[in-house]
Amino acid sequence: MKLTNPARGSLLGIEHLDAAEILKILKFARRMNPEKPRPILKGRRVFLLFYEPSTRTRSSFEIAAKSLGAHTVLIQAAGSSIEKGESLLDTGYTLRAVGAEVIVIRHPNAGAPHVMAQHIDVPVVNAGDGLHEHPSQALLDAYTIWRTKKNFKGLQVAIIGDIFHSRVARSACHLLTKLGAKVLLCGPPELVPEVATTLTPGLRITRHIEEALRGADVIMLLRVQRERLAGLKINLPEYIARYQMTMSRLRAARKDAIVMHPGPIIRGLELTSEVADCPQSQILHEVKSGVPTRMAILARALGKLR
Amino acid sequence: MTPRTTTSLLIKGGYLIDPAARVDAPMDVLLRDGRVADVAPPHRIKGADETFDARGLIVAPGFIDLHVHLREPGQTHKETIITGTTAAASGGFTSVCTMPNTVPVVDSAEWVEWLRRPERGAVVNVFPIAAATHNSKGKSLSDFRALQRAGALAVTDDGRPILEDGIMREALVLGGELNFPVVQHAEDTRMTEGCSMHAGALSYRLGLRGMTAAAEASIVERDVLLAMQIPNARLHVAHVSTADALKGVRRGKRAKARVTCEVTPHHFTLTDEDIRDYDSNFKMNPPLRSASDLEAILVALADGTVDAIATDHAPHAAHEKQVEFERAAFGITGLETALALAITRLHREKRIPLARVVELFTAGPARCFDLRGRGSLGRGFYADVTLFDPGKKWTFEAAKSVSKSKNTPFDGSQLTGKVVATIVGGRVVYPA
Repeated sequence: MKLTNPARGSLLGIEHLDAAEILKILKFARRMNPEKPRPILKGRRVFLLFYEPSTRTRSSFEIAAKSLGAHTVLIQAAGSSIEKGESLLDTGYTLRAVGAEVIVIRHPNAGAPHVMAQHIDVPVVNAGDGLHEHPSQALLDAYTIWRTKKNFKGLQVAIIGDIFHSRVARSACHLLTKLGAKVLLCGPPELVPEVATTLTPGLRITRHIEEALRGADVIMLLRVQRERLAGLKINLPEYIARYQMTMSRLRAARKDAIVMHPGPIIRGLELTSEVADCPQSQILHEVKSGVPTRMAILARALGKLR
Repeated sequence: MTPRTTTSLLIKGGYLIDPAARVDAPMDVLLRDGRVADVAPPHRIKGADETFDARGLIVAPGFIDLHVHLREPGQTHKETIITGTTAAASGGFTSVCTMPNTVPVVDSAEWVEWLRRPERGAVVNVFPIAAATHNSKGKSLSDFRALQRAGALAVTDDGRPILEDGIMREALVLGGELNFPVVQHAEDTRMTEGCSMHAGALSYRLGLRGMTAAAEASIVERDVLLAMQIPNARLHVAHVSTADALKGVRRGKRAKARVTCEVTPHHFTLTDEDIRDYDSNFKMNPPLRSASDLEAILVALADGTVDAIATDHAPHAAHEKQVEFERAAFGITGLETALALAITRLHREKRIPLARVVELFTAGPARCFDLRGRGSLGRGFYADVTLFDPGKKWTFEAAKSVSKSKNTPFDGSQLTGKVVATIVGGRVVYPA
């Protein structure tokens, strides 16, 4: 039976969140410290339903839930009844019947969390749905930026790489523009098509990494898949020559610019090892930010965000 | 349901709109023995056995739907001939053309004959469209002569395009010799793999792969060129959805090629922006397109480029639709909402004359597939009549639909225009 509204506390994407709500989540995250567990969700049952592989997202949601005193259950597609052909909704009904109070779902099809939220009376948290959104990643990136830059308004952000295939990029574009940042997308037309600027107002495209980096406060790098470049007939060495983030290119940005990457990073492809390991790189801080951010998301899912 | 048979039935007090006969006036219509016996100004016709009070109603030739999936044989979990034709009757359709993409595919005379037998329980006239190629695989033509003789009105591989140039050419040549239309589902499937909606800003936003307008238009352009070259070829473009494809159709018509086309109600009502919450009740093929495509469709409906409204009624069971958007079956139902959407959107909103709307349901489709004796109410024509109230406001509720499936984007829609009665062969089949 179709519900008229998804369950309260669901986080399906950044697109329909307003700036105030985003800041509320970030402020709550700041009060969370995984080293000092607070039993805000003591005894509550958080189910992680992962149809796709994950290292960061899964483990940080798990630690986040446990740091709040919740019980966690992990269901991965492989090794579950999903392999026997159980449908998305039947899986949802089943988990609810087992006792799930929140379902955190990562799925290869865009909109899977939305379909689940329309039918199952449990808050659904989107941990990545196909090419569509990755809201917790955007929020933890925002948290990282917020802690270093303090302010979003007027911030110059460059996003470089395979934007077309990136749910991280879509969520980030929604979030950053909502908070007043200026976002410049950079890459070749096959990976950064013109239509990408239609996502939200205020997005621009440049094909030249130098232009993207000039005056940038934040540089967000995206993974680029070798197989995809090959499939699109993009010459790999040429791509690297034009779009790889290097220390000398980094110098074109502001001195205090930060470099971010949602991971996993492929050293030597979208960035050099020096960039990955340099002092301006926030890559591991992002991973760390993932835990308090996801603590806030889970608390919100169960109505505990104050 | 017991059909009420009468020897003569007088439809009295109604307003007749019969575009093929150029009638747009208060007229009474006398039906006898399954045919139209007389059409005359009010109060002239006397002495009928029964009378139908049509005061306040529009009386029209029975509507014809050129594109319906009745799902028999083999897919009765979605719809049956009985449930599908019952839905047709409640939507005012007295004749439906049923598509061959069933299990098995209707590519033989035997299956065409099977569909036409009275044992199927059809409540309205069912005219099969047979497969253009064996099993609709697109590799070798089916036996057009045998299919035509068995009663098929046209051929198609609907669900899929007839993709290869050589095969389409052969089909149009043979079809031309037999005066047999070839119906094309225009989609270059080499360009649309993995796609589940229209390619545009929305598909990018939703993270879904999109079918470009070019994937439809390029096939239409090729087909029209062929139709222009091949003598007597008859090309009917199914469910046109893009401005660019309409350009191709216009080109063919201007060159006097025998090109016709149909448009669905959802394509003149909705755009890709209407897709909400990844609800697959908004997923069909061809998909909901852009606002400019919809505008072009409205212009084409008004100016005669579009010959017919056809629903592409495509029922699917709940378990086939209530899944991830990308995995959901393509298609929505449409028989019960077609007239109301046409009146609400085309007539009341876009001021297209009611006579033109009626033409799109009657004379237009009859002409596309040579449905002789139908699409008009002249003396001797079949007694297929649709009576509707053009001003009646109602709310369509999917749960109350008489189709076996409820996959529609119009659940809860407030509409204007409702069928009051449907008469097939002189018998009132709706209300039952």
